[in-house]
Amino acid sequence: MAGILADKDRIFLNIYGRHDWGLEGAKARGAWNGVGDIVGQTPEWICDQIKASGLRGRGGAGFATGLKWTFMPKQESERPHYLLVNADESEPGACKDREILRNDPHLLIEGCLIACRAMRSRQAYIYIRGEYVFERERLTAAIQQAYKAKLIGKNNVHGYDFDIGLAHGGGAYICGDETALMESFEGKKGQPRLKPPFPAGAGIYGCPTTVNNVETIAVVGTILRRGAAWFAGFGTEKSTGTKLFAGSGHLNKPCVVEDAVGISVKQLIEDHFGGVRGGWKNLKAVIPGGISVRMIPAEECEVALMTYEDLQARGSGLGTGTMIVMDKDADLVRAIARASYFYKHESCGQCTPCREGTGWMWRVMERMVTGEAEMSEIDLLLDVASQVEGHTICGLGDAAAWPIQGLFRHFRHEVEDRITQYRAGKPHVQGVSLQAAE
Amino acid sequence: MSIRRLALDQPASFAFAPETLKAAQGWMKSFPAGRQQSAVIAILWLVQKQEGWVSEPAIRAVAELLGMPVIRVLEVATFYTMFMLEPVGTHALVQVCGTTPCQLRGAGDIIAVCQRKFGPRDHRTSDGKFYWQEVECLGACSNAPMAAINDYYYEDLTPESFEKILDDFAAGKGPQPGSAIGRQGAAPEGEPLTLTDASLYDGSLARPVTIPNLAPKEPA
Repeated sequence: MAGILADKDRIFLNIYGRHDWGLEGAKARGAWNGVGDIVGQTPEWICDQIKASGLRGRGGAGFATGLKWTFMPKQESERPHYLLVNADESEPGACKDREILRNDPHLLIEGCLIACRAMRSRQAYIYIRGEYVFERERLTAAIQQAYKAKLIGKNNVHGYDFDIGLAHGGGAYICGDETALMESFEGKKGQPRLKPPFPAGAGIYGCPTTVNNVETIAVVGTILRRGAAWFAGFGTEKSTGTKLFAGSGHLNKPCVVEDAVGISVKQLIEDHFGGVRGGWKNLKAVIPGGISVRMIPAEECEVALMTYEDLQARGSGLGTGTMIVMDKDADLVRAIARASYFYKHESCGQCTPCREGTGWMWRVMERMVTGEAEMSEIDLLLDVASQVEGHTICGLGDAAAWPIQGLFRHFRHEVEDRITQYRAGKPHVQGVSLQAAE
Repeated sequence: MSIRRLALDQPASFAFAPETLKAAQGWMKSFPAGRQQSAVIAILWLVQKQEGWVSEPAIRAVAELLGMPVIRVLEVATFYTMFMLEPVGTHALVQVCGTTPCQLRGAGDIIAVCQRKFGPRDHRTSDGKFYWQEVECLGACSNAPMAAINDYYYEDLTPESFEKILDDFAAGKGPQPGSAIGRQGAAPEGEPLTLTDASLYDGSLARPVTIPNLAPKEPA
């Protein structure tokens, strides 16, 4: 058996699209089964079950989902409640929600209904990134199937009136932040809002709103069908359940796969991703949770576990559970410089530390790649990174700083070597290249 | 952030094609009354599908349709990088992902193909057929390197297979999107390692289930 999870315990049974994605196929795989009984329960019951399952948000932050749902007002009022599903997957490395959207869309729709019941909401919107054209077509078709079969809509078979709509984005990474997502949903520039007010108090159109990741919502139906204890039986006390993992970079067989949280980094790579290119000994570093978490070096990958707490203790994070693997041939500095360019490109421009800092960090990183930077600029760069981190409205500033901090934490000597080599044999004039850093 | 400006040469006018207008009204209906502004991104995208790009007269037309100030639509069109603000190629808009996961798997070679065939990025080729750009992560990292051509994803590319796809577009053909090496979605190459248990697919999971831990039913 590859990995530590048996086939019978997987939630996403069509993640590769080998079977029918449509309603009939999904039903045969257990989707929509028992949903009427679940929706017939009280919102408190659903929230309690999800709390007991230990499910944490799969979009990166890892907030307890059941708890998040209880933040919504306990009474329906003239201000409708909304569920907004975040399908704006654009974190470099993350490509897991896409597989749900195109191959198992009914699990997501079923999850929307249950989550809305838990939050006394009658309307869910799925905000899907603009570039996912095929996935949007698939999802639209699946929603129509569900309406036609009266699984959702007014007077549906579950006895809970509920509507679902789509919204689509325009290719902005920043809209993955929940408040930017809400701004974008309202038809504005995707610039994050200050919190408070928190979305559960005033979200889209000023109404109570909860934003959840696609995977978080899509697993809800199966968790309730099989019981919270079943889900909580996988992983560790703080990181329970099964999860989609994705591998990219220098792997023999990069893919998306579901396994239990708590699988070791090494086993995930060796069992599911076909091993590192050139063998395990050729591994240099892994970015375990999408580009915005700090990298961990090969020696720590021997023992690291894919859990929130283990990776956090290593100065990294589980994030979206989508790893980028780099072997010894990889130019780590160039890889991180490219990530810095990404953040420079995707900064929304609202907060000065991020708008100016991301561009500055990228320009310095580019000079680190060639080695023409000054040795003293390494500390300057880390100083600036720490000043961007934590000084912005949303997390993009933090996310821009972390990859750089991760690189220098473990591979500072490589950058220093590069600078030394660049200097060797050249006339050394202090300050010559500083002007490019602005 | 990315700096984006409207093109200098703008057409004199813009008119919605009937099907564009119908689709636009469909989007407007899916949001609560008085909240039609929520449809602005979707409608700008429809406009881009119709014209190939988003022109200044089109921005005005969208503003009028949604009852929004023109500046608000202009803000949206210039903020979101998916909107092309100048005319693109008639045969293909090629968007190569260059972000780290693709870069590690050879996006540089894919970009080099574009440079060789089409010249500088963010420009229309002289024959007007192609327009290429390097874009940020398109969310298909396990299938890197990849490119989006006219909305659909072409994955697991090599310079050779990419060149063949581009040649097909140049010849007016529409090559099949997906993996260039015949992978199914994001499955691992070769024999399946997971989801091989046939009992998952024989319909037994559709049998009525008893939901665990059910509480006594209360009226909804």
